[in-house]
Amino acid sequence: MSILINQQTRVICQGFTGKQGTFHSEQAIAYGTHFVGGVTPGKGGQRHLDRPVFDTVHDAVRETHATASMIYVPAAFAADAILEAADAGIEVIACITEGIAVLDMLNVKAVLAADYPEVRLIGPNCPGLITPGECKIGIMPGAIHLPGKIGIVSRSGTLTYEAVAQTTAAGLGQSTCVGIGGDPIHGMDFIDCLALFADDAQTQAVIMVGEIGGNAEEEAAHFIKEQFNKPVVAYIAGATAPTGKRMGHAGAVISGGRGSAEDKFRSLAAAGVHIVRDPTTMGRAMAELLGTARV
Amino acid sequence: MNLHEYQAKALLSGFNVPVATGLTITHPAQAADDQLPPTVENKWVIKAQIHSGARGKAGGVLVAHSPDEVREKAAQLLGKTLVTHQTGPAGLPVHQLLIEPASTIARELYLALTIDRQAQRIAVIASTHGGMDIEQVAADHPNEVLRLHINPTVGLMGYQARRLGFALGLTDAALKQFPSVLRGVYDAFIRHDADLIEINPLAILSSGDLLAVDAKIALDGNAAYRQKALFAARDVTQEDPTEVAAQASGLNYISLSGEIACMVNGAGLAMATMDLIQSAGGSPANFLDVGGGTSTEKVAAAFKLILANPRVTAILVNIFGGIVRCDLIANGIIAAAHEVGLTLPTVVRLEGTNAAEGRRLLAQSGLNLIAENDLAAAAARVVHLSHTSKTQPVQTKGVGA
Repeated sequence: MSILINQQTRVICQGFTGKQGTFHSEQAIAYGTHFVGGVTPGKGGQRHLDRPVFDTVHDAVRETHATASMIYVPAAFAADAILEAADAGIEVIACITEGIAVLDMLNVKAVLAADYPEVRLIGPNCPGLITPGECKIGIMPGAIHLPGKIGIVSRSGTLTYEAVAQTTAAGLGQSTCVGIGGDPIHGMDFIDCLALFADDAQTQAVIMVGEIGGNAEEEAAHFIKEQFNKPVVAYIAGATAPTGKRMGHAGAVISGGRGSAEDKFRSLAAAGVHIVRDPTTMGRAMAELLGTARV
Repeated sequence: MNLHEYQAKALLSGFNVPVATGLTITHPAQAADDQLPPTVENKWVIKAQIHSGARGKAGGVLVAHSPDEVREKAAQLLGKTLVTHQTGPAGLPVHQLLIEPASTIARELYLALTIDRQAQRIAVIASTHGGMDIEQVAADHPNEVLRLHINPTVGLMGYQARRLGFALGLTDAALKQFPSVLRGVYDAFIRHDADLIEINPLAILSSGDLLAVDAKIALDGNAAYRQKALFAARDVTQEDPTEVAAQASGLNYISLSGEIACMVNGAGLAMATMDLIQSAGGSPANFLDVGGGTSTEKVAAAFKLILANPRVTAILVNIFGGIVRCDLIANGIIAAAHEVGLTLPTVVRLEGTNAAEGRRLLAQSGLNLIAENDLAAAAARVVHLSHTSKTQPVQTKGVGA
């Protein structure tokens, strides 16, 4: 098992024939992903990377029965692409595109919540997700992964790769890795992923990689304390980052003054999470935890 | 991107938010008698236009009682550097002033719209405690900071505005005007991709009318492509010049006070690298995210930014290769190092595809590039080199190797 995607998942790419879409589709195919085609409006009927190209996501879903999509369209068109995928019946949407306007994402979230509540959106501005050895949807390097038992959920891209490389080196491997992205308004959150990892038999423990700002880590800590029973190792980046220069104070009022690395470490530790302050020790800490933890 | 108060007021005025008629000047002579906005009792307020709040406490808001005094006070303020608790110790330069007629204020309210990432909605924040630091108000009187969220599908509803007006204890003219003011602020927020619009204070004048006495607007940088006119009015003199140069090269750079420069791909990994430098006993000179596609041009631009900081004594480059091969990245680093004449000790940690080949290229480059494959070891190494390098004569931009 795994979460969200596996070797049966039929994947398409939106922005298929563009530079990014082409490159990362090639990588996904080389990794062994069940990659069934792509969408570029106006290029329907052509073939690209030995796969069919469709004008619309609806056409692609009808012809290929795709259930997952990775989006590489430019930021100005990304909100449209996400909602097109949702309307066409795609279940897992990974939006890799960065630089999407916040108001666009506010609208996307409101529409998804109202009309497509079952859709799982990952990102935007994220590395995507991967179930090692089965399905790769995103920009992460496939070679560093190893099929295994650690679920990884992270707000940061390259820091996710650190956690992956370390758990691979430790021989633990990964069940599924989800890069949820760092934008203020985004799809799946730590809690959404933790809830799926909780029910996944392959996942024996979880590494959570957070960052300063917002309070998603504090909410995750609360969730873990109340209802998550697997071991969790967490690292928060930015303990030494200075407070950002802000023009007004309304943002800080919203977060209630929370959001520092120390606040997050404290909340997570209080929830029974094993916190690491050195990002090079995530894999080692997990190996030690699983060696001694009651399983 | 932040707007100046005068720009924010001009924008809000277009959405029927009441603001005073002001005059913006860059030279005292522009405040000629016939140019000054009319006042009832010959009293003007002269406000330094900088990208910071708390200007009053820093001496950036002055009052004058005659046109001559306006020009005199304007001459005092223009060219000055103001330091507030939001600007950092370096302060911000005053190049423009906004001159407005003084108004007679009966009560001061607080009104702001911003993105609430927790609620995933636009939040309206309002308080009867206007004219002061809203963070302090929230800490002292949490129940007196009112909040409501707007569903983007329907936008701001009339009942929400009415409810807020009553909750703020408004009466008469102010109560009648409030929904239209809030509507204007909301429309401006949506139409111009704001991150924050803050009116503090929103004054109730002795006449009973509402007036936006101060206004701050921050815009969403991701929306620059559809807010071209506003982004063209960006005032880069209010920003750190190095950070502005970084943005032009597609880099994300923030100046810090330490001695060890770092160059990293990914914001999270960049913060983690800073944390590691600190825990190894060093102090980071900057945050620098070179982004995903690390080209030679980007790396060269990044080295140039780093070397422009005279405090830097050593450099840590930390690249998780990802899909881009490490041998290509190593060649990019070597080419960039040659181009900028890099002589400062530089520790390079490369991880990912073809990492071993990348390290071999670095070792054979003949440059002062030290390859490390373990990140913790790389951090310890750069801190050690920084301490050694500090005891030697200060190194300026070196000659090409």
